[in-house]
Amino acid sequence: MSEVQPNRLPVGGLIDRAKPMSFRFDGRTLQGFAGDTLASALLANGVGLVGRSFKYHRPRGILTAGPEEPNALVELRGGARREPNSKATTVELFDGLEARSQNRFPSLAFDLLSLNALLAPFLPAGFYYKTFMWPRGAWEKLYEPAIRRAAGLGRASGEADPDAYEKAHAFCDVLVVGGGPAGLLAALTAARTGARVILCEEDFALGGRLLGDRTEVDGGCGLAWARDVEAELRSLAGVTIMGRTSVVMLHDGNSFAAVERVSDHLPVPPPFQPRQRLWKILARQAVIATGAVERPIAFGGNDRPGVMMASAVRTCLNRFGVAPGKRACVFTANDSGWSAAGDLLAAGVRVEAVIDPRVKVDAPVTAGARKAGIPTFLGSHVTGAHGGHGVRGIEVRKPDGRTERIAADLLAVSGGWNPALGLTSHLGARPLWSPQIEAFVPGKLPPNTQVAGAVRGVFALPDVLADGAAAGAAAAEAAGFRSGAVDVPAASRDATSLSACWRSPGASGKVFVDFQNDVTDGDIVLAHREGYRSVEHLKRYTTLGMGTDQGKTGALLGQALLAEAAGRSIAEAGTPIARPPQVPVAIGVLAGPHRGRDFRPVRRTAGHDWAQEQGAVFVEAGQWLRPQYFPKAGESDWLQSVSREAAGVRAGVGVCDVSTLGKIDIQGRDAGRFLDFVYVNAFSALAVGKARYGIMLREDGFVLDDGTTARLADDHYLLTTTTANAGRVMQHLEFCHQVLCPALDVQMISVTEQWAQYAVAGPHARDVLARLVDPPHDIGDAAFPYLSAAGLTVCGGVAARLFRISFSGERAYELAVPARYGDAVIRAIVAAGEPFGIVPYGTEALSVLRIEKGHVAGNELNGQTTAADLGLGRTISTKKDYVGRTLARRPALQAPGRAVLVGIKPVDRSQRLRAGAHFLAMGAPAKPDADEGHVTSVAYSPALGHWIGLGLLQRGRMRMGERIRAYDPVRNGDQLVEVCSPLFVDPEGARLRG
Amino acid sequence: MRIVCPFCGERDGEEFATIGGAAGPRPDPNAPDALALFHAYVHLRDNPAGPHAEHWYHAQGCRRWLAVTRNTVTHEILSVVLVRP
Repeated sequence: MSEVQPNRLPVGGLIDRAKPMSFRFDGRTLQGFAGDTLASALLANGVGLVGRSFKYHRPRGILTAGPEEPNALVELRGGARREPNSKATTVELFDGLEARSQNRFPSLAFDLLSLNALLAPFLPAGFYYKTFMWPRGAWEKLYEPAIRRAAGLGRASGEADPDAYEKAHAFCDVLVVGGGPAGLLAALTAARTGARVILCEEDFALGGRLLGDRTEVDGGCGLAWARDVEAELRSLAGVTIMGRTSVVMLHDGNSFAAVERVSDHLPVPPPFQPRQRLWKILARQAVIATGAVERPIAFGGNDRPGVMMASAVRTCLNRFGVAPGKRACVFTANDSGWSAAGDLLAAGVRVEAVIDPRVKVDAPVTAGARKAGIPTFLGSHVTGAHGGHGVRGIEVRKPDGRTERIAADLLAVSGGWNPALGLTSHLGARPLWSPQIEAFVPGKLPPNTQVAGAVRGVFALPDVLADGAAAGAAAAEAAGFRSGAVDVPAASRDATSLSACWRSPGASGKVFVDFQNDVTDGDIVLAHREGYRSVEHLKRYTTLGMGTDQGKTGALLGQALLAEAAGRSIAEAGTPIARPPQVPVAIGVLAGPHRGRDFRPVRRTAGHDWAQEQGAVFVEAGQWLRPQYFPKAGESDWLQSVSREAAGVRAGVGVCDVSTLGKIDIQGRDAGRFLDFVYVNAFSALAVGKARYGIMLREDGFVLDDGTTARLADDHYLLTTTTANAGRVMQHLEFCHQVLCPALDVQMISVTEQWAQYAVAGPHARDVLARLVDPPHDIGDAAFPYLSAAGLTVCGGVAARLFRISFSGERAYELAVPARYGDAVIRAIVAAGEPFGIVPYGTEALSVLRIEKGHVAGNELNGQTTAADLGLGRTISTKKDYVGRTLARRPALQAPGRAVLVGIKPVDRSQRLRAGAHFLAMGAPAKPDADEGHVTSVAYSPALGHWIGLGLLQRGRMRMGERIRAYDPVRNGDQLVEVCSPLFVDPEGARLRG
Repeated sequence: MRIVCPFCGERDGEEFATIGGAAGPRPDPNAPDALALFHAYVHLRDNPAGPHAEHWYHAQGCRRWLAVTRNTVTHEILSVVLVRP
């Protein structure tokens, strides 16, 4: 283990030298300090080569010091926590960090696929599409998998994410995005007015460029000023500072999505802490102070390790105390690059040359370099950077056209500054070209939003501070707060004059514009030649700007070259609109806690614990968990249990928890008229104390839902829905009332969860209930015949409702009690039923019983069936208007050829039926246009001793006794079935009435 | 998106369900051309880029149906009133 960090400066930087940290890169153990990023720690150790490029497998190093990094993508951690494509420049170093380079084989230094680079002349933009056209089938099977393996990024772990994620909401008067000088002063100015302020900064330290540049604010070091502002902000009650938080999306309605990296700087999240948290921030006003991103210049080998952005070099020196090279050159088209030369000198790095394409640079800017005796080349360009795995020298082309080679291992480049304006265009506003800064600035701003500082092209520190203060004050005032005199500290004024330099004339070697996606200057010219003239087409054809860095460094360079090729200005060519998210977002944090069993809430009925004690197997019915069947010892499979349960009901008595059916309490003078309007049947004529089966249509004439509704009093009904449609029917009923017939005096509320309800079914059902119902309530058949409903008490005073309704075709009752009695009452029912051998049954047996009786359920109520299709036409009232009445009379819904409900039996009674099989007439070809319907529900009928089914068959009612095919190509099924009545058991209904 | 429910106040858009454009009043089922009128009422909807009259249901709040005018381009909510005051 080596303690030596060869490139670490002896002093300086914002790292904590008292806290050394050990980490591994490609298996090598290295040392860094607290406060490092992975990138700065790698550079401190002299590791310049960190990855291979996407397409050509070129050696790549570290280009930037922030989230715009295109090159330094690594795999972090291991096992299920392996995270590919992490930008080393944003990974906070921790003790024990494991990182690996990616997209190389077999090793980073010797990569076989770098041979791709030799094939580069044959691998231009659009190459895949053109070359792998033939044979057609080979693209999916052969070419694409091979290309994807060769050209790629990191590998996902393939395992379930072991970490937790959270979602949270936050509200504020002023949201400040970005904790640089403009953002800090905007936040402070707004906070001093009393506004609630949230300040989001994606770095783990506040300060922005103040962290990396050597500046003076308020008569002292710029960073000290930032620390003071942070301290004051933290002391104010209404201020929340959210570090390690990237604001990734701006939505309408002043809402922002932000990702807080709660635990990414730790080996594993602490107990009960999420890895990341997704914030939805609602701000009355927002100040976007996201700064600017330095852009590269197109010259040969500009992607080589050792070529870095000038600002990143300054950050390395000043923030991390790392000299990324020993012999540096600076290639800059603006004044800020000269400051980088000054910082290199101050850090003791030998500066070999400063090259500036501008013929004239202000004397104060060049003074430092000249004084130090550094050769300066004005009106000159760097045409190439040479070397293998790192820069060894550069080639400079002087104004007279002669070239000179200079030995160097570091080249700091500054082609200008692109405002980081992504958030401002998330609502669709196009950025505008600014000739002053030779870059795009925000166009029309989102409502209630200000921009401050470099993001709107203001670069000199005193102006940035003034801009931040003004934006903070304006935002606070717009949010209803009064700001006093705005206090702007004095600051050192760096020179900021610039001229655009996109490409070095006479560049030699491969010239990259988008480093991550390996897009070269030649690809841009080729795309233009092939007709891709708009920036959007350019993007799609060459993949310019489509990497995980969104082309934050190089995309504009590509667009500038396109404009040049087209002979247009960049302003005319334009730039694509940035789309969210601003930085890559883990899918896990978007899902938050809603995954696996927590994907949605689980609803349990009052009888759940009882069912569990009976060993029930549960099934999900929407959010509900329902007992599916109750296996008994010795039963070999579910079918045996279900058949026992169904037979037990028909032979004696059974009990089933039906609490999940939707229950809607409807009251009011016009309740009956309202039900007449929403049901095809008439309910106003229903007598008090009676229940009736009802069918509801959608306005387009198809069946929406069915259920029984009881009249409990003149102005009081209780409506039931299917389990699946409870919420939808509630919404529909409210619509029918509030929108379609607001004049009716009616109120409704869901009481699904307020009542536990049990179906007691079978010949002994009444005997069981008679032991529970309190006297003097009479449930004898004379007083309480089929379709009766009554309020009564059970078990010595528990208020209850009893309905004599049946889904099974047997004598049956449904007993409803307040949910808090549900557990006690199911136990009481089972105890009372013991002498009769009561059988608890689940949803499977319930389904068997209803199929035997031809009752429809979800499989038949599929949104494409009419009441007549389902054989329910006779229940329709013709005397009134109701929802769906008019359109149910459409000719197509009345057509005689429609598929209608039938029963089916296998001709060979030993065969099993399968739902989903399609009906074909005998002799018809197995083709879609011969399809005559399908099997909707099947069950093994214990009553009949063979499989039965329900289906929708064209002209079905006229085909009783016909033999047809049930054809199921997905499961290799093809069997003969006989069409029959859907009423398999007790067609006269004698058992029902007892 | 935020909707100011006249009953509950300003709430997150996630609390609401919408069925899209607010079709005009339900036609007279006894009109001679009722079938055509209902066909238009149920199936023919405008899809404008700009202000759009819609029905929204405050499913996770007061369960009121709201007549909302929303700009489909910007999602700006221009007005919200209770359908049944």
